[in-house]
Order: sequence, then structure tokens, then C-alpha cells
Amino acid sequence: MVEVEGLCHWYGAGEMRRQVLQQVSLTIQPGEVVLLTGPSGCGKTTLLTLVGALRQVQQGQVRVLGQHLNDSSRKQRQQLRRRIGMIFQGHNLLRCLSAEQNVQMGSDLLPNLSYRARRDQAREWLRAVGLGDHLDKLPHGLSGGQKQRVAIARALAAHPRLLLADEPTAALDKQSGREVVDLLKRLAREQHCAVLMVTHDPRILDVADRLVQMEDGRLMAARVPEPEPAA
Amino acid sequence: MRAWPGMAAIWNRRRIPLAWLLLTRQPARLAVALAGISFAGILMFMQFGFRDGLFDASVTVHKLFDADLVLLSPRSSSSVSMAGFPRRRLVQTLADPDVAGITPVHWNLVLWRNPKDLSTRSILALGFEPGDPLLTVPGLAAKARVLNQRGRVLFDELSRPEFGPVAEWFRAGRTVESEIGGKRVRVGGLVGLGVSFGADGNILTSSETYLQLLPNTPPGSIEVGLIRLRPGADQALVMKRLKDSLPKDVNVFTKQGFMDFEKDYWRSSTAIGFIFTLGAAMGFIVGCVIVYQILYSDVSDHLPEYATLMAMGYRLSTLLGVVAREGLLLALLGYLPAYAAGQGLYALVRSATRLPVYMDMPRAVLVFSLILVMCMGSAGMAMRRLGDADPAEIF
Repeated sequence: MVEVEGLCHWYGAGEMRRQVLQQVSLTIQPGEVVLLTGPSGCGKTTLLTLVGALRQVQQGQVRVLGQHLNDSSRKQRQQLRRRIGMIFQGHNLLRCLSAEQNVQMGSDLLPNLSYRARRDQAREWLRAVGLGDHLDKLPHGLSGGQKQRVAIARALAAHPRLLLADEPTAALDKQSGREVVDLLKRLAREQHCAVLMVTHDPRILDVADRLVQMEDGRLMAARVPEPEPAA
Repeated sequence: MRAWPGMAAIWNRRRIPLAWLLLTRQPARLAVALAGISFAGILMFMQFGFRDGLFDASVTVHKLFDADLVLLSPRSSSSVSMAGFPRRRLVQTLADPDVAGITPVHWNLVLWRNPKDLSTRSILALGFEPGDPLLTVPGLAAKARVLNQRGRVLFDELSRPEFGPVAEWFRAGRTVESEIGGKRVRVGGLVGLGVSFGADGNILTSSETYLQLLPNTPPGSIEVGLIRLRPGADQALVMKRLKDSLPKDVNVFTKQGFMDFEKDYWRSSTAIGFIFTLGAAMGFIVGCVIVYQILYSDVSDHLPEYATLMAMGYRLSTLLGVVAREGLLLALLGYLPAYAAGQGLYALVRSATRLPVYMDMPRAVLVFSLILVMCMGSAGMAMRRLGDADPAEIF
């Protein structure tokens, strides 16, 4: 799925050049849910953007879904991004589109499907995230948790093999945050989709198959999360 | 749909109409954009309409001549300064096998006395042999018979009212008499020609009466020679033959060339063309600024959303296409009200000024093209803002 080997990354140039990633190596297996935690500014998001083919790799090896990202062209990265689902801290929904249309922006990326088929898939996904009654609502008519669920439906609608999520619960209260990550994990499992999630939120660490700690641009030892304490 | 497999496939491949939704889900912004585009369109319609109307108005009478080719003196520069040439030049053209008929025409401005308030005003007088075809006005031949009597004129009822209530009096059965250059004339009938740039009114009369009214006309001299060709004759070929055979003291024009000659005079010797074209250019520029502002702020407002779409794997060209489609939709939606308002305003102008201003196809297409250029150009400029959408920055 994802193989990162000796990845280094710098921001800025000349005197201002600052290293944000140092010799990062990480592997994610198909269907695995990996949580990446660490203090702010430690390079988590940079790692996510590199794996998500949003940035050019500077040094080291990155292979995502079988494609080498070193020296990749803009076009190659754009093509690869179609197979990666992304969920953002803010929901980043299109304000002028209804929930259904937002999700269809995801399924519209699928080739060789008729408009009707893509629309039906979009509706199917919204039902799967429990928003079957809110198909025609605009984002501003939805709650934060609902918006994030629309974003999950949109990310999954393009049938990704890999899902990247950047603090998807940051803007949510405890309960809806919990619901969102549970949903995310369940749907990713059903789709055999690997998940790499950056989070600060200690309340959701238990959804991970594997926890990866990051500090000052380096990965610390990976560990398996403690079992959820009995309620 | 089955009859159109290609169309069906395209229809099936369609995506969410993002450009349309971006525009229609922000109705206030759309209204401002459409108001701006329509305003620019209306301004362009009005300015071009006035310009073309004024030029068309300069050939109101020219248009009516029953002629294929026209002879003029090389010293004639426009309808208000016609010079004479020997009438025998026109007669010479009869030697050409394709010339079917000719009409010698006297043409000059004379002073007409208003029979009511006795003021005088310049009017265009055309003198011809009453039996000859002159104008393509229905019923003229019958009316022209009255001109065989000396001192009779046919008065153009579309002349400006400053010439007096001639048409009303004549219709009421009164004998209408007036004076031209100190000579008494009587109105023997009414015709409908229309006013032009050079003439506020027109009268038709016989050559005999004309020479009486303007005794200084050199004998055997005419101002305009009308030539009618046999059906099927090659106009350009005959014109070339006549040009080659006639001496240089006459010019040969086609009827269209005769009209263009007159229009060119007003176009080049007055600032009309420049003024109205400038007015239209102002409308165009104002429209460009408005559309650019609207599209630029629209792209700026949605920059994070465009970046998100790029992160999802949409091509930059797809997003540029969205902006281009917004421009196209604005052009289409903004043109329709401009077209409708243009029609209404033209009708208003026609009734108020008697200028022949009509919505013709070339102008409708011209204004649409300008609006299209305006919207697509602005969209192109606004697209540069899309280059700032960096999908790496949205996490």
C-alpha cells in the first residue's frame, strides 16, 4: 500500500531552509488503520501531503499504491490522487453543492459510469453514513458531524484504496467525533481500504490497528494501542 | 436518445454542473454580473444602432432608385453636393447590349417655402421624365402622370413637419401651392420616401419643371444617371465594360456602391462613426471590468474548494473549464436581456427620431460576439487566480 523509506523534507531555501522530516520510514499494509500522533509542527501533516501525492518528494523513497513518487510529474500525481481518498480537518465541502452533489464530485471521478449510476452511488454512500434524509441539504444546513460524514462519503465515493485523514475530529465534540471515526473505520474495513490518520485527539486512539508516534520530524517506535478500557 | 448514440454517451458522461451551480447558488452575485453584462450589451446595441441608423438614413432615397448601375460626375462628393455631367454619357451606355433602360435624373437642393408660415427650408428636388421608371415605390408611375403638367410636384409625405402641413392639406382636398426659388408650384400628389441625412424632405418633379425652377442648370447636364440591366446580366462585367468605354468625366457605380459612396462621405467627413464606436467601446470596457471583478472574486472565494478538488484528483484543466463555463453562461444569460431591451429601445428610437434603426442579424451577432469576448477574456484573466490554488496547503 504505502512504503516510505528514508524520507527527508525541507521547507524554505537558503538560510531559512528548515528540515521537517528526517529519515522517515513507514509501511502501511492493505486494510490497515494507522494513526499518526505527535505534537504540533512535528511534520505529521507534511508526511501526509507527501504520501497523498500533494507535494513533490525531495529525498527518500515513497511508493504509494505501487507507484513511485520520486520525480513524479504533476500529471502522475494528479492521476494517483484519484485513487486516494482525503478527509480534511475542516470538512472542505463545496458550499454551493448539496450533500448529494458533493459526494457525487467524488464518484464523478470514476470512469465509464453513467451519470445516473454515479448519482445512485452518491446516494448509497450518504445512506451508508446515515444521511439518507439529508441528500438535498447544502453544507451550511448540516451540523459539523454531519458535514464530516458527507466528507467521508465523498472520499469513499471514488473507491480509494487508501484514505488519508487529517484530524477529522478536531472540529467535533466528543460524541460526534467518536461516531465519525467509528464510521470511518467500519467503512474503510468494508472497502478493504487502508487508513492513515493524523490526530491529536486522545479519545480516538483505540480505533487504530497501529499507532505511530512522531516527534521533531522523526518516527518513534510504533506500538499497538492499548485495548479499550471496559466501559 | 437511441437515434443519437453520440449525444446519449455525452449525456451519460456529464458531471455535476459546477459552473451553473456556482452561479445560481449565489443569486446576488449573479444578478450584479448579469446587470453589468446587460448594461454593456444595451449600450453597445444603442451606440451601434445609432451609428448604423444614421448611416442608413443617409441613403434613404438612394435605396429606392430603380437601378442596377448608377452614373455620377467625378466632382460629386455626396448627396448635398452633386455636380452635373453630360447627359449623352448616359445615352452612350445604351450601346451596351446588356443595358435595358436608362433614366436621367436631376438632383439638387432647393428652397421650399412653407405654405403655412411662409418660412423657407432646403428640400431635395429630383427631376425626371415622368414616363421613366425612377423609384421602386409602388404606384409611383400613376402618380407621376400629373407631373406632365408644368409646375406640378409630388411631395414626400414623410418629410419633416417644418415644410408645412402639406400632406394634411392635400389629403383634406385643398389645393396646396408653394414657392420654390420664387416660382410657383402646386402639389399634385403625395409619395412616401423618407428623410435622409442630407435632406429633411423630398419633392419629385418633371425635368421640364425642374429646369424652370433651376434655370441655371447647364443644358444637357444631369446629376444622376440610372441604368437598368437585362435580367441575368453580369453586373460586374457590364460595369467594367462601361468604365472602359466611357470617358473619365463620369464614374460608374453599382447601386450598392452608390449607397456606400454616400455612407462613406458621412463616415469620413463627420465624427459620427468615431463618437458612436467610442461609446460602444466604453460599454465593452465597463462590461469587461464588471465581469472580471465578479469572476475574480468568485474564484478567490472558492479557492479552498478548488484546491480541495485538485487534492481529490481533478485536473487543473477541468477547473479552468469550470471558470470558462461560468464566463460562457454569463455571456448567454447576460445577452438575452440586452437583446430584448435593445429591441424595445430601437422601437422607441424609431418612433422618436424616424431613424431606420432595426435589430439586424449582423449587429445582433456582433454584440453577442463582443459580449462573448468580454466574458471569456475576463474568465481567462480570472483563471490566473486558480494557479494560486495549492492542494498541499489545504491540510
